[in-house]
Amino acid sequence: MTNSWVDIKNTDLVLIMGGNAAEAHPCGFKWVVEAMQQRKAKLIVVDPRFTRSAAVADTYAPIRMGSDIAFLGGVINYLLSNNKIHMEYVKAYTDATFMTKEGFNFDNGFFSGYNPEKRNYDKATWGYELGADGFVVVDDTMENPRCVFQQMKKHYSRYTPELVSKITGTPKDAFLKIAEQMGATAAPNKVMTILYALGWTQHTIGSQNIRTMAMIQLLLGNMGRPGGGVNALRGHANVQGITDMCLYSEVLPGYLGAPVDGDVSREAYLKRLTGKPLRPNQMAFTQNFPKWHTSQQKAWWGDAATKDNDFAFDYLPKKDAAYDVLHMFDLMFQGKMNGFVCQGFNPLAALPNKKKLSAALAKLKFLVVADPLETETAEFWKNFGPLNDVDPKQIQTEVFRLPTTTFAEETGSFTNSSRTLQWKEKAADAPGQGKPDSEIMARIFVKIREMYRKDGGKVPEPILNLSWPYQVAEAPNPGEIMREYSGRAMVDLMSPIDPKNPKEPQKVVVPAGQLASFAQLRDDGSTACGNWLYCGSWSPAGNLSARRDNSDPSGLGVFPGWGYSWPANRRILYNRASADPAGKPWDASRKYISWNGKAWGGVDVPDMRPNAAPEENVGPFIMNPEGVARLHAIGMAEGPFPEHYEPFETPVASNLMNTNPKAISNPAARVYKGDMEAFGKASEFPYAATTYRLTEHQHFWTKHARSNAIVQPSPFVEIGEDLAKEKGFKNGEMVKVKSNRGEVRAAVVVTKRIKGFDVDGKKVHMVGIPIHWGFKGVTQNGYLANALTPYVGDANSQTPEFKAFLVNIEKA
Amino acid sequence: MPSLQSLDIAARSATTTPSPSVRHTTEIAKLIDESKCIGCKACQVACMNWNDLRDDVGTNVGVYDNPSDLSPSSWTLMRFFEVEVEKDKLEWLIRKDGCMHCAEPGCLQACPSPGAIVKYSNGIVDFISENCIGCGYCISGCPFNVPRISKVDNKAYKCSLCSDRIAVGQAPACVKTCPTGAISFGSKEDMSIYAEKRAGELRERGHKDAGVYDPQGVGGTHVMYVLKHADRPELVGLPKNPSISTMVGLWKGVTKPIATALMGMAAFAGFLHYVMVGPKEVEEDGEHKSEKEQA
Repeated sequence: MTNSWVDIKNTDLVLIMGGNAAEAHPCGFKWVVEAMQQRKAKLIVVDPRFTRSAAVADTYAPIRMGSDIAFLGGVINYLLSNNKIHMEYVKAYTDATFMTKEGFNFDNGFFSGYNPEKRNYDKATWGYELGADGFVVVDDTMENPRCVFQQMKKHYSRYTPELVSKITGTPKDAFLKIAEQMGATAAPNKVMTILYALGWTQHTIGSQNIRTMAMIQLLLGNMGRPGGGVNALRGHANVQGITDMCLYSEVLPGYLGAPVDGDVSREAYLKRLTGKPLRPNQMAFTQNFPKWHTSQQKAWWGDAATKDNDFAFDYLPKKDAAYDVLHMFDLMFQGKMNGFVCQGFNPLAALPNKKKLSAALAKLKFLVVADPLETETAEFWKNFGPLNDVDPKQIQTEVFRLPTTTFAEETGSFTNSSRTLQWKEKAADAPGQGKPDSEIMARIFVKIREMYRKDGGKVPEPILNLSWPYQVAEAPNPGEIMREYSGRAMVDLMSPIDPKNPKEPQKVVVPAGQLASFAQLRDDGSTACGNWLYCGSWSPAGNLSARRDNSDPSGLGVFPGWGYSWPANRRILYNRASADPAGKPWDASRKYISWNGKAWGGVDVPDMRPNAAPEENVGPFIMNPEGVARLHAIGMAEGPFPEHYEPFETPVASNLMNTNPKAISNPAARVYKGDMEAFGKASEFPYAATTYRLTEHQHFWTKHARSNAIVQPSPFVEIGEDLAKEKGFKNGEMVKVKSNRGEVRAAVVVTKRIKGFDVDGKKVHMVGIPIHWGFKGVTQNGYLANALTPYVGDANSQTPEFKAFLVNIEKA
Repeated sequence: MPSLQSLDIAARSATTTPSPSVRHTTEIAKLIDESKCIGCKACQVACMNWNDLRDDVGTNVGVYDNPSDLSPSSWTLMRFFEVEVEKDKLEWLIRKDGCMHCAEPGCLQACPSPGAIVKYSNGIVDFISENCIGCGYCISGCPFNVPRISKVDNKAYKCSLCSDRIAVGQAPACVKTCPTGAISFGSKEDMSIYAEKRAGELRERGHKDAGVYDPQGVGGTHVMYVLKHADRPELVGLPKNPSISTMVGLWKGVTKPIATALMGMAAFAGFLHYVMVGPKEVEEDGEHKSEKEQA
């Protein structure tokens, strides 16, 4: 979340789209309820089906799965055509005035630079035009056809309400009514928030779904403001923490880009990732990248990371390709991966195309599963009749199961969607031999290190020299780990030498010990910090994540003394934008940050250099080298402006936004050999399907809990009354749902909440498939829903397209 | 189980002697705001956990209501209703079902077993299982179809409004658990005032028929609702004008004096026996003692 859970109460309008907050985040949803009662906020839900969120909404509109960009692109067109934008904000805080490069263009489904063989873009024509001074050229009139504003206007002028309705199946009047309500928050004293989750990410255009919304929030002037923002609701108590700490091969902890093959030296690597201002006076905060990275290396390799060995840069693996989970399982499937350590992860249930996953796991020599529960993955080799129809004799994979503790059986911190770290003590001992994951990893590490010491091996240094300062090597204490990633100064940090008085003795500015903030990090090896974003969470004052001060002096839901929010205990990111360019809050009822003539101050930690006077024009989006937010973003794989592409399995034959048969679906999405062929066609699989969670369960965990099993006991699929009538299904009877990859059988729930869609004059029926059942647990057993789903991910994040695919349905 | 003390009992089934009237606790109420309920069933889970009850793991029968009905182990249940009051405007109404704790409880009036159903002065209607004979009259007496007879011990069960928690100053488990604040708890007076305020807020939001459900046919209830369609409570499975069935009225009005007369005659016979044969001191003392313990 750019904002926080509690901050939702400050809004005037809540949009839930690409998520189902009431159902999947019932506890956080209380703040929506609060906003509705206390601030008289309105709630809009846009979703393929009438959800539990819709049940308490003021407005609901249906949308066909995978057509969100068409809808949101239509909203952008509406805002621009009807002058419903917060113009002062847009001009000052976005790149609307920036000039794009000559040669950038969009033609019939492709942006300039497309390479059809490689399915990717040469981005040479994307991005801003730079002047001789190295700064972006701007057009303050925003009239030049090459400026971002005009390019954006041109791009989205194609998204007319009529076309939006044809693609999305959203009735035109419903679409316009919602666009109008959103547009009303362009007024400086009105704010909208958007809550989304996997309903936006699990698409081949997932990242662009979110970007389109971010553009809308920028046009409306809703970013960085109380009650505003773009808010991702995370699906586990600590999934934000997992993301922040990495567990993803593309980045190092703290979202530091991982080194790649081309980074031949530390210097080359730092140069690639260190930002430099693209406009005068901008903070370009990634200028500090060398400090963050060097401190991380010091945390990992301590004394073995020295200036002379480039702070152990050579110890880091250099990535030659993507290593996301889809790629890993494809390698496994091809027989190129021998072993797999699977920790807190049930991929047989959680990744697409169970048939492929099962075949991939069967090619492993060994599989280690560390989990508190008996997962399907750990028993992929066992026959469970039709639910897991494998022949154990044919599977040679050796499976090791290491029982772990659950969250309640270990001490540590959770980082929630609000980016707030909250410390908790363990509530009970684990049964049997269950051990914390950290202890399991430590024991494996200590053993491996011993083997390297004894037997040698290729490149032993990263293992032998790894800093391992824990009191009990085989069981690091969670407090020790937190102090390590929070960071410390190894020596007293001195003030720089005064050039006017070089003889003047340097002063101690930071004494040796725990650091208070990432601003204290250095790139000379004198500081160590495992994750710069978390720097200061265990400060000289102690473990700030354990704070439980529930006072809220401003009444705006800031709670500065409760836990610790990264970065720098800041509760709303980009909060400089809550004030106008002169430093005065846009809205008197939500005063957050302001300029007092000398410094920035307010109820939260200002996201701005404290002494940056408004006339310096330092932009609020400090992580971008341009200082402003991007309406035109070259970081995206499929184009700087989000464009509607159909899901890879689409119920309609063409993409109504173009006539290019090669641009029906995302032209930049990666598809592996064999997976393209495994996509089904609408002629054989005519119904648009989607998978989702139910409030009674948490993924594939709670099917092991009796209470949850009682309130949602057995698998089902949902269809509308029309389709049930057409098929002759009775409510509650068993049906068979098939995709081109597999089938599931379940009870059918026939409901008015699913109505299907009128897409370009054609009726598209929908099949909804909740995911929570499998062949282990105390619920009724069921088929894994991922028997059906396609093996393809978002072009940027590789998040699988679980939310839009094709099936057929018949009586079981 | 009896969770409040005998001094708190305001009425007792099939009992003619007056109840204690020394202690008067504040009348309480639970208020369920339909407009804030997201049907997450956290209240169901809290209920089963607090009361240490686990129903069977059932199957899906084509609806979201799970378990599909109230049972001796499921004292509360979310019921889901898909309605289109206005054409093409679907509403998914979700109601937490369970005992309404009527001011004039039909179950208590119908119950023939002395002390199997009690009403406390705070308004809670509680089943004292050990006195229950499993006749099922409470079911016919209830206008809301709430009590269920257990096949295991042949006794009737239903929501106690967490009388054990309330006795020690805690809110009911469902109230404490509800993540959206859809269930509130307090004095009947406060809850009634808040309910009217909420109904007004909902009418302002466009739910023109929003209102409070506190049916007077049973003397009002200690579980109240704010409904979006208060003019049509039957949309969410609630009776529009609930009242105690005429059979129960008959049992109370005509049959009961006869039964009372019969009991009086039995007592008179006992008196005669006492006068003519004399007391059996030791045994009678023992009986008195055990009665006290039961109370």
